[in-house]
This record gives sequence, structure tokens and C-alpha cells, in this order.
Amino acid sequence: MSEPLKFHFPVSGGDFTSAGKASVQVKKLLRQLGISPDTIRRVAIAMYEGEINMVIHANGGSADLEIYGDHIKIILADTGPGIPNIDLAMQEGFSTAPDNIRSLGFGAGMGLPNMKRYTDDMQIDTEVGVGTTVTMRVNIA
Amino acid sequence: MKIQSIVDLLEAEVLCGADLLDGNVQSACGSDMMSDVLAYVKEQAVLLTGLVNPQVIRTAMMMDMHCIVFVRGKVPSEEMIALAVENGIVLLSTEERMYAACGKLYTAGLGGGEEDDT
Repeated sequence: MSEPLKFHFPVSGGDFTSAGKASVQVKKLLRQLGISPDTIRRVAIAMYEGEINMVIHANGGSADLEIYGDHIKIILADTGPGIPNIDLAMQEGFSTAPDNIRSLGFGAGMGLPNMKRYTDDMQIDTEVGVGTTVTMRVNIA
Repeated sequence: MKIQSIVDLLEAEVLCGADLLDGNVQSACGSDMMSDVLAYVKEQAVLLTGLVNPQVIRTAMMMDMHCIVFVRGKVPSEEMIALAVENGIVLLSTEERMYAACGKLYTAGLGGGEEDDT
């Protein structure tokens, strides 16, 4: 099996207005690689929500993209506060984001549910006080 | 519906993308909550919002939207306009409030896209 194409993107924390830049880059990259628009959109949305989460909750982190022949893997890692209750965090509408984030159009408790909705598989490894790694897989259509 | 028709119906000001008004949109979404917009995938949709920050443009980019209408006369920053120009997104500004703006477009035949879900 051939090696996947790998890309690494730092996600800077604290600067909400620039959140999503890595997702924009990924979108362009996948378009250049000739991936189908539907697959690109699913990867971009899932990664964008993840980036926003990392900026809101974890002061940034990193995003890694691995492109295989039949699927794309997105690995979002941070050293933030961790998620105490994943079941609760996965519920649509549950949010611990501060009010100022809500006034910016996010923090409605839709981030993780949207990430799950647009991916074929999503795993969350998290430890309170240590950090969170979200690994998502999108099958190439 | 042509983007030009949206301009006419909402008496909107064209902030950028004047050369793209011939483009078509097939559905619309009105929201200030970007995650709700992201939960709703439809190609060739127009976004109506009262929210003004760069994430509005990025959300539209993620969703492959061609047009954003800012309601209640809101005007985006130069940075947002530049981002829209770079990505071929038409930005419009209307004095209409969200409810009235959505109502006018809906009455004129632009649906919310739910029709396709069944």
C-alpha cells in the first residue's frame, strides 16, 4: 500500500477572526488533487468546526491531514482542558463556549455533532487537564 | 433565482461581485448562527445574516455559497470584502430586516432547500 500524502497545519489560539484558515488551505489543496466537491465540503466543514473548537476551548492546536487512496483522515490535536463528558458534548445544543463566542455566530453546541454528521467515523481521545485529539475519517466518494 | 433578482427584490446594495449577478442560487438560508448554516448543506445557496465578521465569509466558502446578504443595512469590513472578492462571493447589503428579507425571497419562489430532502 502506498504511503499517504501528509500535511500539517498549526492552528493558532486566541485569534478567533483568523480561525478556519487551515480549513481554507485544505479545501484548496483537495481541489488541486482532484477530489470530488462533495468530499471536499465534508472534510472542510468537519475540519473548520474542529478548528473553531480548538480556538474557543484549547488556545489552538494542530491539524494533520492524511490522504489515502480511498479515504481522508483528519487529526485535530490540542493540549487544552479536555472534555469531561463526551456524551454531553456530543448533544446538539450543549455548549460550554463563552457568551462572546455566541455573538460571533458559534458556540451553539453544534460543533462536535456537525463534525460527526459530515464524517464517516469520528473518535475522540480526551483527558481532562491534558488535551483532546479528534480523529475523523471521510471516505472518498 | 438569479442573484440580480435578489438585488432587485431586496433593493440591495452590491458591495462586491457586481460581475457575478448573473449567477443562480437554488435555495436560501437565514441565520446568525454559523454552525446552523454548516449543518445545512446545499449547493448554490444564498446566506442571509445579520452577523458581520470574517467567519461569515469563511462559512460561505466552506459551504460553496455564492452570495451573502447582510440584513438591516449592515456593512462588512474591508477585510471581509477582500476575502469575498478573492473567493468569488457576491456580497449584498439590504435595509430589510431578516424576517422581511427572507419572506420576500420565499414569496418570489426561492425555497429553503428542504423540499429536496424528502
